[in-house]
Amino acid sequence: MSELLQFLFSGVTVGAVYALVALGFTIIYNASDVVNFAQGEFVMLGGMITWFAHAAGLPLPLAALSAIVVTAALGVAMNKLMIEPARGAPVVSLIIITIGASIFIQGAAQLVFDKQIHSFPAFSGDAPIRVGGATILPQSLWVIGGALVVFAGLWVFFTRTLLGRAVLATSNNRLAAQLVGINTNFVMALSFAVSAGIGALAGVLATPITLVAYNVGIGFALKGFAGAMLGGMGNPKGALVGGFAIGLIEALTAGYLSSQYKDAAAFVVILAVLFFMPQGLFGRKSADRV
Amino acid sequence: MRITPKLATLLVLAALVAITPFFFPSGYYYRVGALIFVNGIAVTGIVILTGYAGQISLGHAGFAGIGGYACALAPVHLGLHPALAVVLGAAVSALLAYLVGRPILRLKGYYLGVATLGFGILVSMVLNNERDLTRGPDGIDVPELGLRALLKDQGLNLTNGEFWYFFCGICLILGAWIALNLHDSPAGRALRALHGSEVAARTVGIDVARMKLSAFVISAVYASVSGSLLALQNKFITPDVAGFMHSIEMVTMAVLGGVGSVLGAILGAGILTLLPQVLTVFAEYEQMVLGLVMVLVMIFLREGLLPSILRRLRGRGE
Amino acid sequence: MKKTLTTTALGLLAALGLTTAAFAEIRIGASISATGPAAFLGDPEAKTLEMLVEEANAAGGINGEKIELVLYDDNGDPNKARTFATRLVEDDEVVAIIGGTTTGTSMSILSVAEDAEVPFVSLAGAIDIIQPVKPFTFKTPHTDRMACQKIFEDMKKRGFTKIGLISGTDGFGASMQAQCKSVVADYGIEIVADETYDPKDSDMTAQLTKVRNAAGIQAVLNPGFGQGPSIVTRNYKQLGIELPFYQSHGVASAGFIELAGAEAAEGVRLPGNALLIPELLADGDAQKPVVTAYKAAFETKTGTPVGTFGGYAHDGFLLVTDAIGRADSAEPQAIRDALETTKGLAGATGIYTMSAQDHLGLDLSAFRMLEIRGGKWTLVE
Repeated sequence: MSELLQFLFSGVTVGAVYALVALGFTIIYNASDVVNFAQGEFVMLGGMITWFAHAAGLPLPLAALSAIVVTAALGVAMNKLMIEPARGAPVVSLIIITIGASIFIQGAAQLVFDKQIHSFPAFSGDAPIRVGGATILPQSLWVIGGALVVFAGLWVFFTRTLLGRAVLATSNNRLAAQLVGINTNFVMALSFAVSAGIGALAGVLATPITLVAYNVGIGFALKGFAGAMLGGMGNPKGALVGGFAIGLIEALTAGYLSSQYKDAAAFVVILAVLFFMPQGLFGRKSADRV
Repeated sequence: MRITPKLATLLVLAALVAITPFFFPSGYYYRVGALIFVNGIAVTGIVILTGYAGQISLGHAGFAGIGGYACALAPVHLGLHPALAVVLGAAVSALLAYLVGRPILRLKGYYLGVATLGFGILVSMVLNNERDLTRGPDGIDVPELGLRALLKDQGLNLTNGEFWYFFCGICLILGAWIALNLHDSPAGRALRALHGSEVAARTVGIDVARMKLSAFVISAVYASVSGSLLALQNKFITPDVAGFMHSIEMVTMAVLGGVGSVLGAILGAGILTLLPQVLTVFAEYEQMVLGLVMVLVMIFLREGLLPSILRRLRGRGE
Repeated sequence: MKKTLTTTALGLLAALGLTTAAFAEIRIGASISATGPAAFLGDPEAKTLEMLVEEANAAGGINGEKIELVLYDDNGDPNKARTFATRLVEDDEVVAIIGGTTTGTSMSILSVAEDAEVPFVSLAGAIDIIQPVKPFTFKTPHTDRMACQKIFEDMKKRGFTKIGLISGTDGFGASMQAQCKSVVADYGIEIVADETYDPKDSDMTAQLTKVRNAAGIQAVLNPGFGQGPSIVTRNYKQLGIELPFYQSHGVASAGFIELAGAEAAEGVRLPGNALLIPELLADGDAQKPVVTAYKAAFETKTGTPVGTFGGYAHDGFLLVTDAIGRADSAEPQAIRDALETTKGLAGATGIYTMSAQDHLGLDLSAFRMLEIRGGKWTLVE
């Protein structure tokens, strides 16, 4: 019993990180129909900038805040310089642009920072919390809490605020959105800022557990992408469920079946779900345009 | 005789393979040339899948891995000649593409992307984990193809580098010829029709699911053969060949050069293969430059380098 | 032949007024994974080589000739490594190649070097690189089999008979896992749990829980490098596992203690080398001056602590330059012959004595069993 509980703790810890990355995918996708493969780099930047600012003498909270602000600004710049000029390009071009951006950010990060692995202290210490024979780190609770808060924030934003609906309207039909007076350029910039900020927040919260180096981004991006697709792209609920589901599948497979094939299990589940629900668990049905 | 685009492409390729060696200052250039041709074969498959049929794959390196490991394993375990191992690899890839393609090609856009990605990751995971068979992440030796020795007996004495340069070059021209013939055939026209609009294609009686599946299977064979040639040439292979980054590399090469055109895609393969070799002087900036090139070409030359350049030239001519 | 060519070229350069102070240079090639998945290993290796070439040239070169280093970054991709090896041999015409950060890249470079008959000193662990012995291939790190033997020796001494493995699925971890399983029976030890994790994983408590619950388990070993072992060590403490814990030589650097946290790393044992403990070495120890000098120079230059992997590159360069010096020739064949007769050469990793049958030249004595106490390395023996 305590064994199962430990597997579940392991799963939600990792799943919370995936969920945060998947939530970041959701916002940009909602505003622009772009899946931003550079999302993982935002996570990396969040961790790396915090580490360097902290090492340079800033107190941890300030270092974390500066990392989130800087990364959000980089997100806006990425939108302005790379995504806006490519509007209307086919999906495969957009994939290559965002992967290109991801490679570029990695290359820049190894120059600006370094190639070593870094970490900073956990926010509430390293003493594990014992529950029914299993243990979980306080930092895991921070990550899980972060994922839930971000999810709740996005849910309210997209369903209850005018601006959130403007984002959805922009996604559905850009021209129509402009006609009803939505500043679509602002909506796009905002989406990238928020999405990059969430990515950086994920990096800040997760680094004391996962550690950070210039090349960790692509791993997060793939798992977050898988989570978002499993849940159904564009739906915050889907991103949250998908992210946690992948973390749990991995941990339970590692615990009960084979740790070698735990990543395979996640993808097998995704393939199976997509076979029966081609739009993911909570995805929107979309009609073909002729 | 009228020079059709098809003939022009083949002539350009043949001239490239035959003439550039006269300008090679050392044996190393044959190696780079051979790599460009091997990548060229893989991206020609992407042209058929993405350029003609409009489908995305982020897992084609999986097929390259199957082709490569077929050459490492079949001669040892089945006693097959390496040349037959290439065929076996292609057959396994085709069969797998057929089985996997049926369910996943119903998906569209990013969903197809994640499904193919998953497939590629599964293949590379098997190659990494089944140590008893594949010897794991450190890689495995691949036997000699033996064709070079055969040619030597016939009086044609080539260095290893020269042999692989010309052999891969000839394979590439063959592959391009097949792809170009497909382009002009009724099947090719049907593929391009469904690229334009699946619904429209369906209404004129095209069996959309079957056409997509054929494109997927054919492109898998191209990737598999390219993986085999790489393995035989290096006489060594590791699971990296099936990795996610290799899948991305294939798609990027094709789209960068022009995914709608065989020659364009091969140009893309040439550029991305040469780039790290040229950038060794600025090794620190290599990743940044690579990323930047990908972004800029996709923004400013959306159809890819070659089609965009040709269009400009034509525009000026008129 | 080569000399005359160089002289002609120099004459030409002089005629053009382009000649610099550079005279006949010895070209040494290197293909290192300074970026990519193995960057954590390759980065210090590349920096070490650059630093040592600078130092050697400042001291007048070898036998009065300057050294030129042609360094390529292969991203840890074996295919690229083969291309760069071809380039080093055919285009740059180097007299020796150092490199191959990973086993995969080393195997690729190896076949090019053997065909071209250029000596090659690998920096990767697997035993396959030098066994069977290939005429032109040498290597500096202990094999992973030796690391397993060293660890099992220590376990046997402590009376453990049932142990668990938790290994990374990267090349380093997978290869060591296989080697350990193949020699473990020699020590009367049984592996009762065998789990793995992906090098990108961020939580290994599930695997460790399984390891802990294996019947009769007495100790745990974690073959791997990079961030994985640090996370495993933290999770080990989080779960409150009291069993003795062994790491591999893959994490032998001060960075590991820092990342895992001194508290979690307390009591961890691993087979390390002299480089980590210069101040603990006896005054007469032949390695003491070598490791002290390298550690000081590297840490001043880069601001990061030295680690085992940079040490491998240090020794690779040392072996090649020592061979050139003794051969008094920079011809590949002469360097190869001299490399094979290397005798009692003190490097950072150990003291090398090569022979026609042994192209590694280290034995188990080069490993020193270390234990982490209060955030510091201590010698067990």
